[in-house]
Amino acid sequence: MSLNAPDTQVCLWTLQHPEPASLATYTANGGYEALKKILAEKTPAEDIIAQVKTSALRGRGGAGFPTGLKWSFMPRSFPGDKYVVCNSDEGEPGTFKDRDILRFNPHQLIEGMIIAGYTLGAVAGYNYIHGEIFEQYQSWEGALEEARAAGFLGKNILGSGWNFDLHAHQGYGAYICGEETALLESIEGKKGQPRFKPPFPASYGLYGKPTTINNTETLASIPWIMRHGGQAFLELGKPNNGGSKIFSVSGHVNKPGNYEIPLGTPFADLLEMAGGVRTGHTLKAVIPGGSSAPVLTADAMMACTMDYDAISKAGSMLGSGAVIVMDDSVCMVKALERLSYFYFEESCGQCTPCREGTGWMYRIVQRIEHGKGRPEDLDELLRIGKNIGGNTICALGEAAVGPVASFVKHFRKEFEYHIEHKRCMVGC
Amino acid sequence: MPIIEIDGKQIDVAPGATVMDAAHQAGINIPHFCYHKKLSIAANCRMCLVEVEKAPKPLPACATPVTDGMKVQTHSPKAVVAQRGVMEFLLINHPLDCPICDQGGECQLQDIAVGYGGSASSYHEPKRVVKEKDLGPLIATDMTRCIHCSRCVRFGQEIAGLMELGMPGRGEHTEVMPFLEAQVTHELSGNVIELCPVGALTSKPFRYAARSWELSRRKSVSPHDGLGANVQVHVKNNKVFRVVPRENEAVNECWIADRDRYSYEALNSDARLIQPMLREGGKPGGKWVDASWQAALEHVAQRLAAIRESQGASAIGGLASPHQTLEELYLFTKLLRGLGSENIDHRLAHAGPTQTNGVRWLGLPVADLSRIERVLLIGATLRKEQPLIAQRLRQAVKHGAQLNVVHGADDNLLCKVAGKMIVKPTGMVAALARIALALRDAGAPVSESVGTQIAGVQADEAAQRIAASLLSGERKAVLLGAVAQGHPESDRLHVLALAIAQASGAAFGFLGGAANSVGAQLAGALPGPAGLAATAMLAQPRAAYLLLGAEPELDAYDPAQALRALHAAEFVVQLAAFKTQALDYADVLLPIASFAETAGSFVNMEGRLQSFHGAVKPQGEARPAWKVMRVLGNLLNLNGFDYDSVEGVRADVLPQGQASIDAYLDNTIGALDLALGQAGEGMERLGETAPYQLDPLTRRAPSLQNTPDAAAPAIWLHGSVLARLNLEEGGMARVRQGDAEAILPVRRDDRLAVDVIRVPAAHARTASLGARLGAISVEKV
Amino acid sequence: MLSAQSLALIDKEVAKYPGEQKQSAVMSALRIAQAQLGCLSKDCIEYVANYLAMPAIAVYEVATFYNMYDLAPVGRNKVTLCTNLPCQLQGADKIAEHMRAKLGIGFGETTEDGRYTLKEGECMGACGHGPLCLHNNHKMHDHLTLESVDKLLDDMK
Ligand SMILES: Cc1cc2nc3c(=O)[nH]c(=O)nc-3n(C[C@H](O)[C@H](O)[C@H](O)COP(=O)(O)O)c2cc1C
Ligand code: SF4
Ligand code: FES
Repeated sequence: MSLNAPDTQVCLWTLQHPEPASLATYTANGGYEALKKILAEKTPAEDIIAQVKTSALRGRGGAGFPTGLKWSFMPRSFPGDKYVVCNSDEGEPGTFKDRDILRFNPHQLIEGMIIAGYTLGAVAGYNYIHGEIFEQYQSWEGALEEARAAGFLGKNILGSGWNFDLHAHQGYGAYICGEETALLESIEGKKGQPRFKPPFPASYGLYGKPTTINNTETLASIPWIMRHGGQAFLELGKPNNGGSKIFSVSGHVNKPGNYEIPLGTPFADLLEMAGGVRTGHTLKAVIPGGSSAPVLTADAMMACTMDYDAISKAGSMLGSGAVIVMDDSVCMVKALERLSYFYFEESCGQCTPCREGTGWMYRIVQRIEHGKGRPEDLDELLRIGKNIGGNTICALGEAAVGPVASFVKHFRKEFEYHIEHKRCMVGC
Repeated sequence: MPIIEIDGKQIDVAPGATVMDAAHQAGINIPHFCYHKKLSIAANCRMCLVEVEKAPKPLPACATPVTDGMKVQTHSPKAVVAQRGVMEFLLINHPLDCPICDQGGECQLQDIAVGYGGSASSYHEPKRVVKEKDLGPLIATDMTRCIHCSRCVRFGQEIAGLMELGMPGRGEHTEVMPFLEAQVTHELSGNVIELCPVGALTSKPFRYAARSWELSRRKSVSPHDGLGANVQVHVKNNKVFRVVPRENEAVNECWIADRDRYSYEALNSDARLIQPMLREGGKPGGKWVDASWQAALEHVAQRLAAIRESQGASAIGGLASPHQTLEELYLFTKLLRGLGSENIDHRLAHAGPTQTNGVRWLGLPVADLSRIERVLLIGATLRKEQPLIAQRLRQAVKHGAQLNVVHGADDNLLCKVAGKMIVKPTGMVAALARIALALRDAGAPVSESVGTQIAGVQADEAAQRIAASLLSGERKAVLLGAVAQGHPESDRLHVLALAIAQASGAAFGFLGGAANSVGAQLAGALPGPAGLAATAMLAQPRAAYLLLGAEPELDAYDPAQALRALHAAEFVVQLAAFKTQALDYADVLLPIASFAETAGSFVNMEGRLQSFHGAVKPQGEARPAWKVMRVLGNLLNLNGFDYDSVEGVRADVLPQGQASIDAYLDNTIGALDLALGQAGEGMERLGETAPYQLDPLTRRAPSLQNTPDAAAPAIWLHGSVLARLNLEEGGMARVRQGDAEAILPVRRDDRLAVDVIRVPAAHARTASLGARLGAISVEKV
Repeated sequence: MLSAQSLALIDKEVAKYPGEQKQSAVMSALRIAQAQLGCLSKDCIEYVANYLAMPAIAVYEVATFYNMYDLAPVGRNKVTLCTNLPCQLQGADKIAEHMRAKLGIGFGETTEDGRYTLKEGECMGACGHGPLCLHNNHKMHDHLTLESVDKLLDDMK
């Protein structure tokens, strides 16, 4: 369980209660009030979008795109079906926050999705849940049943005359389905291969209908915003980086776990909350936003605050907020080998640069790790990366290049040592 | 219209166009693999990356919509770096053994790599090897060469309408394959060969037979269905090595059916007749001996003259295959008419003569079918009869067209069907009458003569549905397929279908079943006023028969009857490209050239005159049939047989070429007593021609004969009939039509109308049976 | 081929999607079929294809794209260990080593008695609780230690 500062928590506040996931806990603490108010007052969609814009909520799935702006792209008066889709396909190595939202505050996500459905004129919503967390798929379906029984879902919700329903869709082991259009293909019962954009999901989404896709944490933040106002959310964080955010801290810390803290909190504070670097070791490197984010050195990281703008300035990205901490025992070549394998293994295979390039990069890193590196390999890796980046259908290509380029950039000496001595510098 | 700049050229492009479209318009070539103008956009190969001003990354030209003021550079340094990068990726796992690859010399990867590939590869990791797949007798694989462009998969999903190939696996492990032991069976499957930009999918019969640059390419026209797909015949050392599509948007677009592609194999088969032959000692028992042309033709002329002398010219009958050229058919009729006989026909598969006011045709341009909005298909086994018309209609349906069907079987057309009436053949007239009535009830102007006759009919929901469909939308067509055309009540179906078309504002026409269905009518291969039509000629046996390309034992509406007549005849001459069953009943065999070996013309179902030259010389002693008939005409001292070229013959038939044809096309028919009764009682046969039994060539093309579409005939019946007759699926049963019978395996097909017994026609194993449509009984053996 | 119970579960999934989008339930259908039958045989894929009116090859594409489907038989207990970087940093390598030694099989292999199959998994979205593994796809065990692994494996029948 995670340790968090209660007053600033948007999503994981239920953990302070004995039965965090129950409908009773949620409603006893203001849950579904925002929805009731919206339906009773028939709040215009524009007003809701305006609040979300004010809140400076940025997508928690990785790209950090302003949610209010995304919602305003949805042609809500377009005739025919429209959908909202929640992205709980959390598979980016290091990220494990959405699972905790599903485990500990399922109703806030449900309420968020219902409000989104109302705002966006959707007929139904789907939550795509990562294959490996089947228990959360079942528990969230249970929560849906509760919400349905309580009249929050289905026909004529709370007597408003408005119909809307939600369903869970279970993934089954493909990281790429986290990419929003691959996710849509997957819901349609196909291989999860990203679509070329444009058209964007807002005009051609699920079943070809207008669709808005947001991350679990993004959607779960909506009820908080509607209850306390966009301004309050904004003020939790800092300008252009509204709200608190869950940071999933893993790796070499004493207390790995989720920490929901205001955006803009210094990294040092987060590290401390997580119990500090593994006892007896010093900080070597941090991947601040999930495995696709470029790695940063200890020094760069210690000078950072945890928000989109600061991390981006430091040369990486906040991404999904997955902070992978590596101490001085880590061999960067071995670490990169594992990450490169991941992208090679998870490439969907449809577009040439990613299908061919991820395997090529992995094989080179693997050779270096196994003492078969050649001096020209490092520049070759960077060259291959350049040919992948920006040339693919989806961002997995770039995501695969991020680690390679940054590891080689910041830890080139270690790679060179490996190549020259056919063994590891840190002795692992 | 957006104005964009591409490589410095300003052009106006249509809204919604892509950068690739714009480049084509400007005559600029952007390298590409996955893009294909007839397929959906996949943008997966990334070869077409171009630089677009203000875009941070290179964009794929194939998938990027143009916007007004866009500036595109297709060959700027940034674009070329991206393209080279992609090419390098494509090549790292591709075998670089072009000299032994069947695609060598016509490989898009090879071509583009020459322009974009680096010199030496810096790839030092092991190359991927992919297991071969067995796609059946037509398509060979070399899957290691696959570049994952997904064209073949999209072809199946989008054009063929049947997903037989997929790309299971993920990432680098993705492989193109059919479902576990399945093979590719679709009638258009061979098109993936041209679609495949590399040597992963190639022609199995052609495999390793020749290198592409050794082949000369000759234009020709496919001799099978009435579409007249444009083809290119590839030739080396006077032998046809393969046939590939020749693009003609108005006819076959860029596709051909498998029979268009693979039937050439028959040309080189042992079954060719390459020497004139005479039966020494006459029938029965006489022995076949090779003869010189001189001897053979003199014999024919002498016997024909003698029979005319002794029994009158009407003792002679002429049956011609509508797969022969216009010029051949014309001289054939001229010869018979010169002899004084009007017993001439090409409609062997029809139950009886049909009335017409002119040349029956499709009633609209083929290309219009792609944009049609409402269609009623009557008695058409569409996919097997008209593979490419089916494809066009499939595309139309995808764009919202409504396809309606009246037929004996609810065959899967691989697209949505709006309304259907699945009835026994004898119920088809009544079904059309119900549609006509529903139209009239809805206020549509049904012609008076039909209107008064349908008064007593009851319209049902299915008819109303079809009528409603036909009354909505624009651009409509009512089309009669092979079963309707060969139907004993063909004229009545014609009258009603025409009335339906007129009442709903639709075009009306006939799906020409053979390459020259229309040409044969223009050539006059129809009985004169005093003459007998094909079926009558066989029902009332003649003393002599002249057969041009025809194999009545397979082609005839009632093959058992045909065989009786031919065996009983005094004298039978067959002009044929193959040794056929005529060896049993004929007296003289004259070897003629196939379509690939002679010049001539086909007039396709829309009335399009398509002339071609021979691609190779005739085999052995075979001669172009028009020349054979010219000599015969001369030997018989007939007038008007001194042509010196095939063009001369054509000019006689069509003095103004295409314009002469247009003047004859006419689908009207006189008023008729519709004799509207109830459908017949009991079980009825539905006997269609299987796609690879259509004509002499398809029947003898080995690879086609190894496909599921050429499987031995069976008795197909509805599950309820199966149960009622206590038959077992897979067991054997006897079908009887009068005295005629055959024993065949039993198969179930619940898509058939109840009591429709489908037994394919035009096959040696069903040649002992009678009429293609008509009463039939089935019993367990 | 599938039990009434499995079909009922599949029907429940089908009902989630618009009427003409039965195909959307294919992933669940395969999951449910696999739970009943152990793995997805050719016949099973054809069965699901018919049930959902899909081309068999399209179902096969799905079955081979997603990692958690098994196209060949696996042991009664499939143990999938996450070995991705965060878990690796938290000791997954040692757990892997231990599991292999204890069961005498490598990743991707099944014990001779058919009791265990070991698989290497990608990120399961629970990194903070690593090292962790999945038991038969649907039950996660986290905070693995050498001792807890022993007990976990011994308890699997
Ligand atoms: C390879 C790849 C994997 C992704 N995985 C996830 C994921 O697991 N969860 C997620 O919410 N977004 C993921 N995304 C981002 C989504 O495409 C999308 O931007 C996001 O769901 C939008 O929601 P948001 O605006 O609320 O962040 C991924 C993107 C890529 C390219
Ligand atoms: S970048 Fe990779 S994952 Fe994304 S579409 Fe291309 S092949 Fe698939
Ligand atoms: S042709 Fe554009 S990506 Fe393949």
